[in-house]
Amino acid sequence: MSSDLRWKFILIAIIILLCIFGVVGLPEFPTSANQLKQNLADRIKLGLDLKGGSHLVLQVQVDEAIGQRCDETIDALTKQMHEKNVNVGETRRVDDTHILVRNIDSATSSTFRDIVTNQFPDWSISPAPGEQNGYLLTLKPSIVADIRRNVMDQSLDTITRRINALGLTEPTIAFTGRGDNEILVQLPGEADPTRAKSVIQATGQLSLNLVVDEQTYPSEAAALAGHGGVLPPGTEIVPGKSSAAPGQPSQTVFYILNRAPIVTGQDLRSESISPASNFPGQYQVDFKLSTAAASRFGPFTETNLGHRMAIVLNHQVYSAPTINGRIDDSGMIESFSQDAAQDLVLVLRAGALPASIKYLEERTVGPSLGADSIRQGVRASIASLVVVMIFLVVYYRQSGVNAVVALILNLIILIAFMAYAGAVLTLPGIAGVILTIGMGVDSNVLVFERIREELRNGKAPASAVALGFDRAFLTIIDTHVTTIVSAVFLFLFGTGPVRGFAVTLVIGLLANVFTSIYVSRAIFDYHLAHMERQAELSI
Amino acid sequence: MEFFKGVNVDWMGKAKYFVTLSLVLLAVGWASILKNGGLRYGIDFRGGTLVYVRFAGAPPIDQIRKGLQSAGLPNSTIQSISDIGNSASQRDVVIGLEQKGTGDESLDTGKNAIIDVLHKTFGTDTSDKKDFNSITAPALTDYLTTKDPLTLGTNAGDRYKELAQRLVDTRDRDQGGIVTSFDQLKNAPGVTPQVVNALSSGFSLGNFTIRNVEIVGPKVGAQLRRQAVLATLYALLGMLVYIAFRFEWIYGAAAVIAVFHDVLITLGFFSLFHYEISLTVIAALLTLVGYSMNDTIVIFDRVRENLRLMRREPFAAIVNKSINQTLSRTILTSGLTFLTVVVLYLMGGEVLRAFAFAMVVGVVVGTYSSFGIAAPIVVVWNKYRGQGAAISAGSAAEKRVAAAARR
Repeated sequence: MSSDLRWKFILIAIIILLCIFGVVGLPEFPTSANQLKQNLADRIKLGLDLKGGSHLVLQVQVDEAIGQRCDETIDALTKQMHEKNVNVGETRRVDDTHILVRNIDSATSSTFRDIVTNQFPDWSISPAPGEQNGYLLTLKPSIVADIRRNVMDQSLDTITRRINALGLTEPTIAFTGRGDNEILVQLPGEADPTRAKSVIQATGQLSLNLVVDEQTYPSEAAALAGHGGVLPPGTEIVPGKSSAAPGQPSQTVFYILNRAPIVTGQDLRSESISPASNFPGQYQVDFKLSTAAASRFGPFTETNLGHRMAIVLNHQVYSAPTINGRIDDSGMIESFSQDAAQDLVLVLRAGALPASIKYLEERTVGPSLGADSIRQGVRASIASLVVVMIFLVVYYRQSGVNAVVALILNLIILIAFMAYAGAVLTLPGIAGVILTIGMGVDSNVLVFERIREELRNGKAPASAVALGFDRAFLTIIDTHVTTIVSAVFLFLFGTGPVRGFAVTLVIGLLANVFTSIYVSRAIFDYHLAHMERQAELSI
Repeated sequence: MEFFKGVNVDWMGKAKYFVTLSLVLLAVGWASILKNGGLRYGIDFRGGTLVYVRFAGAPPIDQIRKGLQSAGLPNSTIQSISDIGNSASQRDVVIGLEQKGTGDESLDTGKNAIIDVLHKTFGTDTSDKKDFNSITAPALTDYLTTKDPLTLGTNAGDRYKELAQRLVDTRDRDQGGIVTSFDQLKNAPGVTPQVVNALSSGFSLGNFTIRNVEIVGPKVGAQLRRQAVLATLYALLGMLVYIAFRFEWIYGAAAVIAVFHDVLITLGFFSLFHYEISLTVIAALLTLVGYSMNDTIVIFDRVRENLRLMRREPFAAIVNKSINQTLSRTILTSGLTFLTVVVLYLMGGEVLRAFAFAMVVGVVVGTYSSFGIAAPIVVVWNKYRGQGAAISAGSAAEKRVAAAARR
């Protein structure tokens, strides 16, 4: 063997050993068959479709947060204008990012402009079209983008905290990269995502608000009518349940509350559950306030003795007890089933979502289907591999054995690469493996047919092999690059399982170029070096 | 062994037959698509709900249908699956529901309605006993720890957790997800008769189990559809650019037209055989694009090579010769790929079925389109441009070199 060829084989051997080590040699060197199996299971990460589990795609309603910013601005602006004696006819929200202020007293319109430019730098001001003495405030696009980004980051954090609190194994929580407001949640092994879904979706917005009107109303319209059609400034109507006598169905009633909360979920220091004192068999959630919030809350309750205070959760009044004495730092929300109470504590601890959430996609693969898919996928791969290999050996004899060696190496490299890169094997990924086998066969057939042709043209074996590889090389590169180009686009524009397919295909094709050209050529050269001068090439 | 030796076929003379075949296939397929009111999209692209259910015995399809109808879900579809190589799949059905409404209602309304119907129709046990076929490992651990059938007392540790996992694994992996008698659990390691007794006294055995649920909102469907079309178009464009760069633009155009034709015909077959187009099918379409492109490139590569060797021959003869020279490779590779995807179609399971079908059709169509469609396009173009003028397939640089050498 020439030293050149020897080095080739040494290189090939090193690569193969590294690959085999990568698949079964980590994380612990195998000393038993069980350890080997365990390593294999650890190194080959299976996708949800093979392992079983839940896949959720949810959309954060980012526009809500922007609209909320708009409402807050209107409140603050109204207050400012009131303080600086600016008289306006109407201040109205046009849409999430626009506020219209109409009929400004012309004497104060410069004061108004000053207020906006100095106090509300996030908004740009322009004369409202078709209005005399009217202005249109527009939330600056850069600010809108900031809000969007913050809302998405905050949502991702909150959802991550909540899922982690549920104690599920190896969840994935990430942006989908599809729309700019979507989050992907993957819960391996979770066959019923109902609970996780409700925990994720819970807004978790808790606030304590002063009840402005002691009376409750049966409908929103009635509440409005009770105030002559116009709500007192800074108040809002919030639905809630009436505290019905036991045994009677509670009804939805409407409260009129101060819009500005005294305390919000962020002011909580600790939450816990205990059996509800007023409802046997039910549970209540007790909470304690932070020191800062308590120093506000104490004086507040003292000044509002005898008034009612609403406990609002997710924009719904849970109860509205009367303040009977100074309360410093504790409260409770009742009444829930034990599970619901536990979930509420979890959500309150993880913090509120900045905007509500809608589910776009839900896929659940049961463990039995995943196991079936693996079994069938692996069986189909092996069956097709065996059929192809038998054919190659029958058709190309000794050279067919070369091709079989190249194919097996191709598979080993592909699997090892996936193990090293931590790529996930999905069901379409298995299809990608099968197609890699197909492309591997193609490369070998291309070379062999070319060698046969050269032999027919009367070339000696050595030069026929050399010419065959040289001529087929360009073709193999062309075919592989085109397929890789399409796989890359598949990866860029595809989602989930399709990406898994693209990844396996690209890796498989790269390995294929190596095995079908470099390795196969080395084996041919070895045979040629050991052949009788006059012998025929077995192809 | 050699199948194709000294083949000498006038492929360009026979191009009209291939073109006719393609036109017929296109007409039949797309007539079917038009008749069915467009392509059949899977829920990935359409939005909707699919629930895969496995029954303990033969699926009582009529009963399911009645149950769904009386629950006010008449638009639901029921489809049974059967897989060669997986006898258990004959007990499977897929219940589908269109996603209707504005999408304001909760995404899982349809799923919950279907599962409700199944429980009402097939829930045999009215007692409080839980269904063993739908219990999870943690819940089973709790139950076993309370019952303590191995009388471990406080020494139980993780023993019951492991036992529960083994029982659940036995159910899911060995019994295909559904247990019809508690005796089937006997042989799992660590399971004693006491354990089986404890299970049979505490659990019922339901008639069905939910294997898979897919819910896609309508908006996502439209978005995924747009994305899939984009991915396909960009992939084609990328290939066009690459081939144009390596050969000449007409070769790129011809190759892309040929693979586009493959995709159109495959879509027609999807409609004829009532397969739905899902995300994985898009992957299959792109793969067959790659394969068909391979065949075309192999032939074009040979044409380029032969052009340098046989300067005096007419272009059509060179193309014929190139096709004949590469024919054995084309047939062998396509034949082996065909075998592979047929195996995948028969054994790959329900999830890969449509994928494999696309490949089976695509490999056949893709093979003949490279010599029956792509090559004739280049020949016709060259004829149109005037024989001999721009027949060289070499890159511009190579042509300049050749021209310089002639001078």
